[in-house]
Amino acid sequence: MSPTDLAVQQQQNSAGKQRVVNDFSIQVATVNGSGSQTANLVLLRSLLLMGIPASGKNMFPSNIAGLPTWYTIRASKRGYIARKKEVDFLVAMNPETAKEDVLTLDAGAAVVYDEPLKLSSLRDDLVFYPVPFDKLVAPVCPDAKLRRLVRNMIYDGILAKLLGIDLALMEKALNKQLGKKAKAVALNSGALKAGWDYAEANLTKQDPYALQPMNETAGKILIEGNAAAAIGCMMAGVTVVAWYPITPSSSLCESLIGYMKKYRMDKTTGKATFAIVQAEDEIASLGMVIGASWAGARSMTATAGPGISLMSEFTGLAYYAETPAVIFDVQRVGPSTGLPTRTAQGDLLSTAFLSHGDTKHLMLFPASVEESYEMAMEAFDLAEQFQTPVFVMMDLDLGMNNWMSNGFKYPEKPINRGKLLTASKLKELGQWGRYKDVDGDGIPYRTIPGDGMPSYFTRGSGHNAKAQYSERPDDYVDNLDRLARKFETARKFVPKPEVDTVSGAKSGIIAYGTTHWAITESRDQLREETDVKTSYYRLRGYPFNESLAAFIDAHERVYVVEQNRDAQLRQLMKLELSPERCAKLRSILHYSGLPIDARSVTEDLLAQEGFEVAKKEVRVVEAGLSGMTGGE
Amino acid sequence: MAGKVNRIGLENITYKGSKTTLCAGCGHNAISERIIDAFFEMGVDPEQVVKLSGIGCSSKSPAYFLGTSHGFNAVHGRMPSVGTGAMLANKKLIAIGISGDGDTGAIGIGQFVHLMRRNIPIIYIIEDNGCYGLTKGQFSPTADLGSKLKTGVINDLPPIDTCALAIELGATFVARSFSGDKKQLLAILKAALAHRGTVMLDVISPCVTFNDHEGSTKSYSYVKDHDDPLEEVSFVPFFEDISVDYAPGSTQEVTMHDGSKLLLKKLEAAYDPTDKIAALKRLHETARRGEFATGIIYIEPDREDFLEQLNIIDAPLATLPLEQVRPSREALNEIMDGLR
Repeated sequence: MSPTDLAVQQQQNSAGKQRVVNDFSIQVATVNGSGSQTANLVLLRSLLLMGIPASGKNMFPSNIAGLPTWYTIRASKRGYIARKKEVDFLVAMNPETAKEDVLTLDAGAAVVYDEPLKLSSLRDDLVFYPVPFDKLVAPVCPDAKLRRLVRNMIYDGILAKLLGIDLALMEKALNKQLGKKAKAVALNSGALKAGWDYAEANLTKQDPYALQPMNETAGKILIEGNAAAAIGCMMAGVTVVAWYPITPSSSLCESLIGYMKKYRMDKTTGKATFAIVQAEDEIASLGMVIGASWAGARSMTATAGPGISLMSEFTGLAYYAETPAVIFDVQRVGPSTGLPTRTAQGDLLSTAFLSHGDTKHLMLFPASVEESYEMAMEAFDLAEQFQTPVFVMMDLDLGMNNWMSNGFKYPEKPINRGKLLTASKLKELGQWGRYKDVDGDGIPYRTIPGDGMPSYFTRGSGHNAKAQYSERPDDYVDNLDRLARKFETARKFVPKPEVDTVSGAKSGIIAYGTTHWAITESRDQLREETDVKTSYYRLRGYPFNESLAAFIDAHERVYVVEQNRDAQLRQLMKLELSPERCAKLRSILHYSGLPIDARSVTEDLLAQEGFEVAKKEVRVVEAGLSGMTGGE
Repeated sequence: MAGKVNRIGLENITYKGSKTTLCAGCGHNAISERIIDAFFEMGVDPEQVVKLSGIGCSSKSPAYFLGTSHGFNAVHGRMPSVGTGAMLANKKLIAIGISGDGDTGAIGIGQFVHLMRRNIPIIYIIEDNGCYGLTKGQFSPTADLGSKLKTGVINDLPPIDTCALAIELGATFVARSFSGDKKQLLAILKAALAHRGTVMLDVISPCVTFNDHEGSTKSYSYVKDHDDPLEEVSFVPFFEDISVDYAPGSTQEVTMHDGSKLLLKKLEAAYDPTDKIAALKRLHETARRGEFATGIIYIEPDREDFLEQLNIIDAPLATLPLEQVRPSREALNEIMDGLR
C-alpha cells in the first residue's frame, strides 16, 4: 500500500514526552511451542481492524518447542511494512532471553514483563510494567494443563489497555483467529479480560506509544506469501504437485493441499482434478514434475536452497530436454543447512545456472503476497511457453510471515499452454521435428503422449532437431544456439521491472523481492532527512531486459541492494553489462538472516555517498541471538 | 504380403524399434524382442505406451522396441520418479521402465524403494548383468559374493536381491526371469501387462563383453546351470476364450485384475506365489544354494494402485479443460473474504 500521512497529530502527554501514535514496533519474546502465535496474530489483527497499516514478522528457531522466539509487530501510519530495527515496546515472557532483550533496547522503550523476572532493576531509562501472569491465568483457566497456552493472551489484554485498543475489537480479532473453536475462544477471551482489568487497576501509562483508529485497511486481506502462491498455483490450473517437506517452503504445498481439496474436486464425480504427492526427496519431487509436465500436466514443486542443490541434475535435464517445470524456491539462509528458519536472497547465482554444462534459467522475483499469487500463475504460462524450468524466487520473510494486502484479482486471461502441436499445425508445417525452430524464436513445437500426434524420444543425451540421438558437432552447436535464442526471446516475456525514475536523481537503486519494502522506506528517509533523491529499479524477472542498461546509463551511481554476502544479483548483471556500466555499480548487502530494514540501507547508502553517518550501534535482536545457541 | 495382425489390427513390425547398438549377443536384445512380442500379442496400442529408462546399457534399449511410442531416457537411477509423474499426468498411459542393476541397485535404490511402496502402474524391468557395461565392467550391487571380474577382481560384498527387497517393500508383482528363457519371459511380460500396480521384473541378462567368463555368476553358462524355475508360467489374456485343462492340484490359477488368467504349473508341490513369507523364504534358500529362483515369485493381484488411492478423476489430468482446473470467481472471492 502507498504510505499516507494522516490526520493523527503528534500530541504531548502529561509527562511532557511526545506521543508516538501509530508508528512503533512491539516485540514479544516467548518460548516456541507456548501458543504465543495465537496471541501475536490476535494483536496484529486488532491493529488491522483499527485501520492501522501493520505487519508481523516471526523470528523463530529451527525447533518444535522450548527455544526462544520473537514476534515483531510494526504499526506504521505511513504504511511501511519492512522490518524496523528498533524495538519500542517489548513484551518479555521468556526468562532465558529477558535480560538481554531488555539490555538491548533503546532508551525510552517500554517493557511489559513477567513480574518474577524482576527486570526493572536492569535499566533506569525504560518504562517497566510488571505483570504477574501466573496469578492472573489461574482463575481464568481452571485446567492447569491449558494455562501455558492461555497465559500469553493476557499480554494482549495488557497491551490493549496500555496502547488503546478497544477490547471488543480485540475479541473480534480473537474470534477471527480461532474461528469456530468455542471453548478456546471463551478461555482466551477470559484471559484478555483479565489482562485488561489488571492493567486498568494496577498500571499507570508512562510510555509515549499509542494506537488510534485510521482508515487504511478497508478490504485488506492478511496472508502469508506461501499461501498466496498456493492460491496462484490453483488458479493457474496446476494438476500435478510433488514436494518434499522443507522449511520454509512446506506451508506452500500444505496450503495448496487445503485449497485443492476444497475447490478442485470434480463436482459430478467427487474425484480430484489433481494429484499431490509427498515424494521421497527433492530429487524425486522434480523428477515427478518433469515426468508429469512431459506427459502434459501443469506441474510444480516447492522447496528451499538444500532442495535446489539436490535438483541440480534434473534441472539440467528439463532445460536440455525442454520440459516445463515450475519450481518455487522459498529461500532460507545457507550454505548447507545454514539457518533454516531465517531469510535470505542467497540462491540467485546457483539457481540462474543450476546444473552442469551451459544452462541458464528463468527466474521470477515476487516482492509481495499479491505478486506471489500473480507470478505463480505467470510461472506456469512461462514454463509451458518456453518449455523450460521456471524458478519463482521467494524467501522466508515473504513465504512465512503475514502480510497485509489488497484482495487478489481473478485471472482474466486463459492459461497459455505454449506450442503444443495440433493436427492443423502439423499439416501447415508438413514435417515436424521436436527441436526444430520453425518460428525463429528458439521455441519448438512439442507433443505429449496419448495426444495422437507424432511421438519422439526424449533424452538428456545429445540430440538433433528431430530428437534423434546425435553426437555430431553441428547438431550439438545448433541445439545449444537455439536454446540460447530461446533464452533471448524470454527477455521480452518475463515480468518487466517497475522503474521509478526521479528527475535530478544522481543515484539509482536496484533491488528485488522482499528487499523492496526496505527500499521504499529508505528512499523516503533519504529524501526527507538528507535531501538525497534516488531513482528505483525493481527487478521482477530474469533474464534482464534492455531497460536495465538504460537505467544504469541514466545515473551516476547505482546501488544494488540485496540480502546475501556475495552481491549475487550484481555479479549476474556484470556478466551482461559493459565495463563502463559495471563501474557504476555499488553494493548494499544485508545477510544476518533477519529481514533487511530501511535504516540500514539508508545509513549504508549515505556512507557510500560520502555523508558522515553516525552509525547507531547495532544491538537490537541481532545481539539478543545468544539465546538461540545450543538448540539444533 | 501382410503379416498376422493382433486384436487392434496391428502387425508385429509396428512394435519394433530402431536397430540395436548394443553388443551382439547381449541379453538385453533378447528382452527387447520379448517385449515386442508381448505388446503385440496383448494388442497394446503403442500410442498409449510410454517407455522410460535411466542411464546405462539397459537404459538405451527402449529405443530398440515400440518405435512409435513416446520414450524418455531420464537421468541415472531416477526413472521411477519420471515414470510416476507421467502416470499421474495421464492414467490412461501404459508405462514400461527399463533399468539396470547399477541404475536400480546403486544410484537408484532410493527411487526404486519408493516406487515399490507406492504401487504405481509401471512395468519396471531390471536388465540384470551384475556389472556396469557402459563404463567397462565394474561390479554392480547385484554381483554375487565371490563372483569374479574379467580383471580377476573378486566381489567381496553381498548382493542386493532386488526381488526379495521388492517383496519386503510391498511390491504386488515380483518376478525373475532369464533373457535366454523365451517362453517364461514372454508369459511373465504378458501377465505384467494385465497387472494392477507396479510390476517388478528382474531379468538376468548376461553381459557378453564384460561378465560372461569363468568365475562370473552372471554368465550364460552359469545362469543356465543354476536357473531354478518355481513353476511353469502360462498366461491366458481376458480377450482369448481358451480353456486350459490341468489335473487338479497340479496348477495354481491366479485371476488378474482385468480378468486374465495366470496359470502356474507347479514344479514343486508346496510353492504358493501369493504367500509373501514363503516367497521370501524360498528366495533366500535358492540364493544360499547359489541358484536363481525364476518365475512369478510373488503376486497380489487386487491391491489398489497409487492412482486409485489418490482418487484421481478418470480423464487424464494432462488435458483437463480450463473450466475444470480453474476455480470460479466466486471461489476466489470466498477465499479472499476468509482472509479479511
